[in-house]
Amino acid sequence: MAQAAIELIGINKSFGAVRANRDINLEVARGTIHGIVGENGAGKSTLMSILYGFYQADSGEIHVGGKPVSINTSNDAIALGIGMVHQHFMLVDNFTVLENVILGAESDALLKKSIAKARSELERLEREYGLEVDPDAIIEELPVGLQQRVEILKALYRGAEILILDEPTGVLTPAEADHLFRILKQLKEQGKTVVLITHKLREIMAITDTVSVMRQGTMVATRVTKETTVGELAELMVGRRVLLRVEKGEAKAGAIKLSVKNLTVKDQRGVTMVDDVSFDVRGGEIVGIAGVAGNGQSELLEAISGIRHAVSGEVMLDGKPIDLTGKADPGELRDRGLAHVPEDRHHVGLVLAFEENENSILGYHDDERYLKGPFLNVDAIMADAQDKIEKYDIRPGNPQLRTANFSGGNQQKIVLAREMEQDPGVLIVGQPTRGVDVGAIEFIHKRLIAMRDQGKAVLLVSVELDEIRSLSDRILVMFAGRIVGERGPEATEGELGLLMAGVEHQEAAQ
Amino acid sequence: MDSFNAIVQVLDSTIRLSVPLLLACLAGLYSERAGIFDIGLEGKMLVGAFAGAAAASVFHSALIGLGMAVLISVAFAMAHGFASITHRGNQIVSGVAINFVAAGSTIILGQAWFSQGGRTPALQPGERFEAIVWPGAEAVRSVPILGPIYAELISGHSILVYFAFAMVPFTWWVLFRTRFGLRMRAVGENPAAVDTAGISVAWLRYRALICTGVLTGVAGAYLSMVQNGGFVKDMTAGKGYIALAALIFAKWKPVNAMFACLLFGFLDAAAIRLQGSPLPFIGKVPVQFMQALPYILTVVLLAGFIGKAIPPRAGGVPYVKER
Repeated sequence: MAQAAIELIGINKSFGAVRANRDINLEVARGTIHGIVGENGAGKSTLMSILYGFYQADSGEIHVGGKPVSINTSNDAIALGIGMVHQHFMLVDNFTVLENVILGAESDALLKKSIAKARSELERLEREYGLEVDPDAIIEELPVGLQQRVEILKALYRGAEILILDEPTGVLTPAEADHLFRILKQLKEQGKTVVLITHKLREIMAITDTVSVMRQGTMVATRVTKETTVGELAELMVGRRVLLRVEKGEAKAGAIKLSVKNLTVKDQRGVTMVDDVSFDVRGGEIVGIAGVAGNGQSELLEAISGIRHAVSGEVMLDGKPIDLTGKADPGELRDRGLAHVPEDRHHVGLVLAFEENENSILGYHDDERYLKGPFLNVDAIMADAQDKIEKYDIRPGNPQLRTANFSGGNQQKIVLAREMEQDPGVLIVGQPTRGVDVGAIEFIHKRLIAMRDQGKAVLLVSVELDEIRSLSDRILVMFAGRIVGERGPEATEGELGLLMAGVEHQEAAQ
Repeated sequence: MDSFNAIVQVLDSTIRLSVPLLLACLAGLYSERAGIFDIGLEGKMLVGAFAGAAAASVFHSALIGLGMAVLISVAFAMAHGFASITHRGNQIVSGVAINFVAAGSTIILGQAWFSQGGRTPALQPGERFEAIVWPGAEAVRSVPILGPIYAELISGHSILVYFAFAMVPFTWWVLFRTRFGLRMRAVGENPAAVDTAGISVAWLRYRALICTGVLTGVAGAYLSMVQNGGFVKDMTAGKGYIALAALIFAKWKPVNAMFACLLFGFLDAAAIRLQGSPLPFIGKVPVQFMQALPYILTVVLLAGFIGKAIPPRAGGVPYVKER
């Protein structure tokens, strides 16, 4: 085995009563790509922040290049050749690429010399690693994929030999992610060491040499990637067996519940986002809409749920039209049996400052069940919230806790419980498992299947192709605002991928 | 020729009146570019004015007065920093508190030390910054057009006036041509980027506040030791707030700041000049209206005449390392 680039020995770190890292040991070999997986809150990011000097460990030793070191600030880490690409980019949005690259690593008190030096150095790095980016572009005008490239350049400019990437693909399109992986492989060939933090197991299998699994603050296992499987890693992450494929019976499709005809939607800039889309959803089936993010799925969902104005077309709910002027009363739609789990639970689905029980009835608070005269019936609301907590295994099980203090997966369960427990005829779900742990994904999938089996119509939009394939009875693929194809659940990933990239669509047009 | 002389005189007082605004505005620029809102410019100017006049009168030295003005003003800026950087307090509350402390303490200390109803003793020659007469100013005064411009507008101001205007290109150079300026702008936009680049966010912001304190100190000294012959209670009279308005009007840019402050100074000068004299078409305008004009303009400009002014994005938000 090659010499260890990093060695962590017995790292402990607590935040108050929470032990984020317990007695962690980790060894990463030089010139390899090492993955670290674990559920949200398993302590991956904390561990890497300790390595980068953002936090200090309570106890433990760090060895870099075989020598014990103490890393008290990010400066120490940078001096040791450790660079980090954060999940939320640490860039100044209205600075140029060059200014961001030199920030903190200026060679001179005057900018002119620093910038001249950085410009030639960047040219070299771009040539060497294929990291092309215009040095004078303003960050906020660049797409996220390029912004991430600037983060990598920043680390390399500081002479990083060890590069830590925290959930790098969360914001990228599949094509951008592929490009990133090519860059990482190239870095590896040049002798750099890469540490990749992620909760996407497919990425781990695709690119890493070795992988370590964290669970609840401890390091539970390290494996050679070639000798392990997705199933084993998932089991190690969650601590029990996880069903990666959802078991479901035949769909018993019934009457048409939701019908969309010739729907066209434009965004604020007047760009057509949904272009003449028609489809039906029947009771007892799940219709999945696949597509790369930004191809009109969000706008489609918003138009159907009555919160975005549609230019033309009609949407029928149980045979009666929905107001498409964007002024539909969501309360009325709820009364008619349409429940909506929005894509962005933080901004649209929840009020994070509210207590859990308040969010669990939000939107249904005018319901007689929750009222006592003109006042809220606190006892009934609490009992109802407690009931949902038990049914949906929402943790921690305290209905009086502020919603912001729940993890992403549990927040999602709060929204799902609220919408599903109203027993709607039609359920519209956007990105049901975005940012959600493996264990919770399994649970959410089971609930969706159960809804279907009760004869509800479910419209599912997700950018996770696996999710679409395992849940849907019919798959519609959206590209550039149009539905470019319909497939059954047996469609292969490659086939759907081509449709999502618009390949077949373009050929048909020619 | 008379009307030409009148214009030169108005422009001359425009310069004099805009100097304290300009110094305060640039002071605010350093602070806000670094992400610290500073509504306490007014208070820092006031303590600067008091400390300057008091020290100059006691030690019989204008330079010692200026030194004390800067020292005390910087101390108040550090108090703002301690509350809002170190302890992550609300920057508006801290700034307002500074204004109250300044207004109260200057009167109490003034009365306790000098017993002149909160004033400091009238400054004698040598205790004030005198006007600097440029070579040949008197000789060319009689030359038409250029003579008065040279003698009145360019020559004959105190050293602090030249300092204030020299600070404009200097501030621009610091902001856009030095490492310190780059980091300061970055910390006002995204402090996390600065922190992960291995630079101390707190120390950077403290340094910006020191710049702020120095400039408000000079602004205060100008008020009590140049414009006036001593300290009078509440002599800043809202200039700190007008400077803040000018800063927004100038979109946090130094050269724009100079023009904004000259505009406010001009309105002030015009108001004084036009007192009592009838305006064409309108007739006689009450003095009070003319005096209110700069403030009315402030409201009108801020109400949206200036287009979209985007403040530094991290402004007003204490920096906390994310958990």
